[in-house]
Amino acid sequence: MPEVLGPEQQQIYTWLQQVKDPEIPVLSVVDMGIITAVEIQPESSLVLVTMTPTFVGCPAIDLMKKNIVETLASVGIQAEVKVDYETKWTSDRMTAEAKDKLEKFGLAPPPLTRDEDLTEEQLNNVRCPFCHSTDTTLRSAFGSTLCRAIRFCFTCQQGFEQFKPV
Amino acid sequence: MSNAIKDLLFKMADDALIIGHRNSEWTGIGPMLEEDLAFSSMAQDKIGHAQALYTILHESFGEPSPDQLGFLRTEAAFRCCRFVEQPIGEYDFSIVRQFLFDHAEYIRYDLLAQSTCKPLALLAKKVKGEIKYHVLHGDTFFKQLAQGTEESKARMQSALREAWHQALGIFEKSEFEEELIAQGVFAGEDELKKRWLAKVTAVVEAAGLQIPETIESKIDFGGRRGYHSEYLKQLLDEMTEVVRLDINAEW
Repeated sequence: MPEVLGPEQQQIYTWLQQVKDPEIPVLSVVDMGIITAVEIQPESSLVLVTMTPTFVGCPAIDLMKKNIVETLASVGIQAEVKVDYETKWTSDRMTAEAKDKLEKFGLAPPPLTRDEDLTEEQLNNVRCPFCHSTDTTLRSAFGSTLCRAIRFCFTCQQGFEQFKPV
Repeated sequence: MSNAIKDLLFKMADDALIIGHRNSEWTGIGPMLEEDLAFSSMAQDKIGHAQALYTILHESFGEPSPDQLGFLRTEAAFRCCRFVEQPIGEYDFSIVRQFLFDHAEYIRYDLLAQSTCKPLALLAKKVKGEIKYHVLHGDTFFKQLAQGTEESKARMQSALREAWHQALGIFEKSEFEEELIAQGVFAGEDELKKRWLAKVTAVVEAAGLQIPETIESKIDFGGRRGYHSEYLKQLLDEMTEVVRLDINAEW
């Protein structure tokens, strides 16, 4: 989100809170940090929303684009959505609140990557969303969606999913 | 200049699409559930990367739409290397290919993150973050199987021997090589190969296997110029069977 938002832009971000990630229904596109710009065209009052994909091959992108346009249309705003890589999405773009919601949803949130390559700390120090133990291990870097990994908790002896650090 | 960049984009996109399709052939038949998911997820990533590269060709270089580029070109128009065309074979071959190919892919994107072709540089920075998981997967299973039983060790060494000269075909140069280097678009296939060799040699040796001897005349070149193995045509026929029933259908 840009540093300073006008009241109209802020209102649009509030409306966009209603658009959820279809694969993680507790998080909105704003919580996820995938909205990188909201511009209001002064002449036409058209709103241009820019988003950056979490994963390049994410199949939910088209649906989220459609949902953004429909949600804004429902409050009388005509919008266009542009997808680009100008701002790179990394899991560090998720808000702290979003990570909290993820954990309550049963999906371990990603540790900060600071745009570095995978480190031992990123791979090993992951907290189980059920019993909060950090005695867990990576079972597979690939899970039920592109953004998830499968882990196992030695304390509560359960498998769990994690949102991958990228 | 644009012909040089287009050639680079086509070879990368075609590699990603074809290896993505091959990876997807493990869906439903992986040796265990996690591996079924891993190859399926890597397939989805790769096909996404192909689509993003075809999109650059479409938006910045006036080529047809990504779907048309992926589905409606003839075999000779493809610029993928022959390595990605090979059938999935046994699981040992697929793991060795994944390990060798993804190290090259990761380094290629790492080099391209500094490219003077801006849309490619932006995409490369993003894709790198995804391929690191493919590399982690390849390294993990390569090491585990190479250090498993006598049989798994022998199978991995044999698969490595089978894949080696095909893998070196990744680095086949095109007529545009010098131009791409001079313009700062890409550091070049020789640089990529040098870094790749250092990387894979370290993992192979740490796993207790041997890098096969390279015989220059045996390197599987041709793909980058449109001369493919017999397997590409079969793959394209299968992949495009539905789309060719009605190419104007809306999905």
